[in-house]
Amino acid sequence: MTDATMADMAASGGQELKTSDGRSLKAALKASQSVERRRAFLLVLPLLALLVASFIIPIGQLVTRSVYNPEVASYLPETSSALSGWNGEGVPDEEVFAALAADMVVGAENRTIGRVAARINREMPGTRSMIMGLSRSAEELQPPYREAFLADDEGWGEQALWRFLKRETRIITPAYYLIATDLEYNAEGEIVQRPENYQVYRTLFWRTAWMSLTITALCVLLGYPIAHLLATQPLRIANILMILVLLPFWTSLLVRTSSWIVLLQQQGVINDMLVWLGVVTDSGRLRMIYNKTGTIIAMTHILLPFMILPLYSVMKTIPPSYMRAARSLGATQTYAFTRVYLPLTIPGLAAGVLLVFILAIGYYITPALVGGDSGIFISNLIASNMQSSLANLKLGAALATILLVLVMLFYFVFNKLIGVDRLKFG
Amino acid sequence: MTAENASQSRGANVRYENVQKSYDGETLVVKDLNIDIKRGEFLTMLGPSGSGKTTCLMMLAGFEPATNGEIFLNNAPINDVPPHKRGIGMVFQNYALFPHMTVAENLAFPLQVRKMSKADQEAKVKRALEMVELPTMGGRRPAQLSGGQQQRVAVARALVFEPDLVLMDEPLGALDKQLREQMQFEIKHIHESLGVTVVYVTHDQTEALVMSDRVAVFNDGVIQQLSPPDTLYESPRNSFVAQFIGENNKLDGKVESIDADYCSVRLTDGTQLKAEKVNVSSVGDLTTLSLRPERVETSGLDGMENVVRGHIEELIYLGDHIRVRMNIAGNPDFVVKVRNRSGEQKLKEGQELDVGWRASDCKALDHVQ
Repeated sequence: MTDATMADMAASGGQELKTSDGRSLKAALKASQSVERRRAFLLVLPLLALLVASFIIPIGQLVTRSVYNPEVASYLPETSSALSGWNGEGVPDEEVFAALAADMVVGAENRTIGRVAARINREMPGTRSMIMGLSRSAEELQPPYREAFLADDEGWGEQALWRFLKRETRIITPAYYLIATDLEYNAEGEIVQRPENYQVYRTLFWRTAWMSLTITALCVLLGYPIAHLLATQPLRIANILMILVLLPFWTSLLVRTSSWIVLLQQQGVINDMLVWLGVVTDSGRLRMIYNKTGTIIAMTHILLPFMILPLYSVMKTIPPSYMRAARSLGATQTYAFTRVYLPLTIPGLAAGVLLVFILAIGYYITPALVGGDSGIFISNLIASNMQSSLANLKLGAALATILLVLVMLFYFVFNKLIGVDRLKFG
Repeated sequence: MTAENASQSRGANVRYENVQKSYDGETLVVKDLNIDIKRGEFLTMLGPSGSGKTTCLMMLAGFEPATNGEIFLNNAPINDVPPHKRGIGMVFQNYALFPHMTVAENLAFPLQVRKMSKADQEAKVKRALEMVELPTMGGRRPAQLSGGQQQRVAVARALVFEPDLVLMDEPLGALDKQLREQMQFEIKHIHESLGVTVVYVTHDQTEALVMSDRVAVFNDGVIQQLSPPDTLYESPRNSFVAQFIGENNKLDGKVESIDADYCSVRLTDGTQLKAEKVNVSSVGDLTTLSLRPERVETSGLDGMENVVRGHIEELIYLGDHIRVRMNIAGNPDFVVKVRNRSGEQKLKEGQELDVGWRASDCKALDHVQ
């Protein structure tokens, strides 16, 4: 019996196939392709490295920071372990005060006590001077420490302060996520709504979502007919129209946004025209900028190409004979559109919706410039938490993480409904 | 078709009256078209691309407005009737089956539009699928079918709502040769069994000859000839038709004398031939003689009106016959088909050979370069 027939028999018996020299066929195939695979990997390696360095690591950092809370636990280590035995009622006993005094001595030497004071002060205003004042004379403190502390400042007798400190001994804290959703711990350590005048973030998340939806809907309404026109015109005209669509892409975002200011402001071109036409009176000039209207108009304009391009690329592939066939079979223009044309454009439409909505929900510069107070997005608050004098990096990180999760959630639902593998982006 | 069974059939009649069409306002794509298509007729519009045949079909379907003139469907003018109200079935070049619907949904589409009950829809779809011999394919998507099957579905869809008139725009163009021939017969049989009027557009002359009751040969926006297939082939009215339908030998000459239905023609090299007078009017006219290769004989030449000696340039063996390319009277592309019979003399390239043909097989037509 020859080797070849043996191999055939082996194959028919459901066993592994062998090459003519007896190696496993799968292994041989893998070996023969290994050079190709290595080359492909080398080709994508630079991009992979860039992605890891500039995208995956920073996002990881961001998510970590939003929950990481080391101040009390690492700068007041003795106090932290002493507080673990406290039941949370009244004022802790001598042991805790002694530990705190010891931590303060170390903290004053290492100059870390200031960071602890700042952290506590953010939650309980006024405590900073109390802590810093005592830390300067920490070395002179004598037992019993509890009395010494209370003598220095009445504030050390507050149950709320100690409860806060005990909560803060956890290295991982949800505190920033609570703030980001307008919640907080009360003095008893329960999660409650923040006072009404502090509630901003939930409103902003909600506003960002509905305004992004409005912008997406406007882009569909405006972009669909344009994409259809582009797809059905002869190539020469379609190319000119395409340049008109792309032109905004080649103009700086700032320039485009500022030109909307010129057009829309109360002394601007459009208001002047309306007054001249007598549609509105001089005193009744419309407010179309530095509010929601301004943000919606400017962002719709900026994001429109992201809707048109995927729609166009799908419509281009739909032969006109489909509509003609539907018409010849007795369908009115409307019926043929809804039953034949519209379903065939879904892959492009869905891609456009996904692109525009996700871009819109995280948009920053346009709302910042034309949004005023009522038209800003959540990303504007994230930015101000990252940069301004009142910077709270961790709150910013928590807000950004929530936004990221919301976008991923949207993508997930979208994928379930439409199927992202069916989409055509361009 | 006689008058009685015409009234029984469900076919529609169509009439083009002085129809003209221009896309740019400068040139006419269709010039003064007049056709009367009878009930139940299978009429083919045949012509090279750009000859205006597809435009004529699109005007009938309602996708292109006629620039001038009027089209009548069952004696009612339809210029202002939108396509969906014309009730005309249509098979498109690339079938235009809706890719997001199954075969059954495609077939049910025209029935849904007509608000037919679910039960009726199902019955009709089933019958239509049986008619095109695809009874089990209702649940598939068009992309899962072969080209031939898609073609059949397209035909079924155009017929499922029982129109009186079906238009077909080069429906077999995308199929391979064998399938195309099979589908030609199937479409022909469907037409015969249903009795609908069919207007069929093609550039393939074989297709036109096989399927049609009458063929309208288009060129330059004008119908060159409208005849049954045999007349078209055997009595072409002008050089374009002779050249376009089947294989044709051309000989250029001048009319020397005319004798009733026949005329005497002197070719450019001086050879004198006798031909049927078809498209020449007077002595001295330039003419192009048209002669089918299979009507040229190589034996039994006694009594033939035309006998010419030629030089064999090339022999191509084709099994049932031999194609002999000869130089006859100064035309080096003169083709003769010699049947491959036993006992015939063996032909050789370079040999001199006498060939002959009857005057009635040789048509004196208008002169072309």
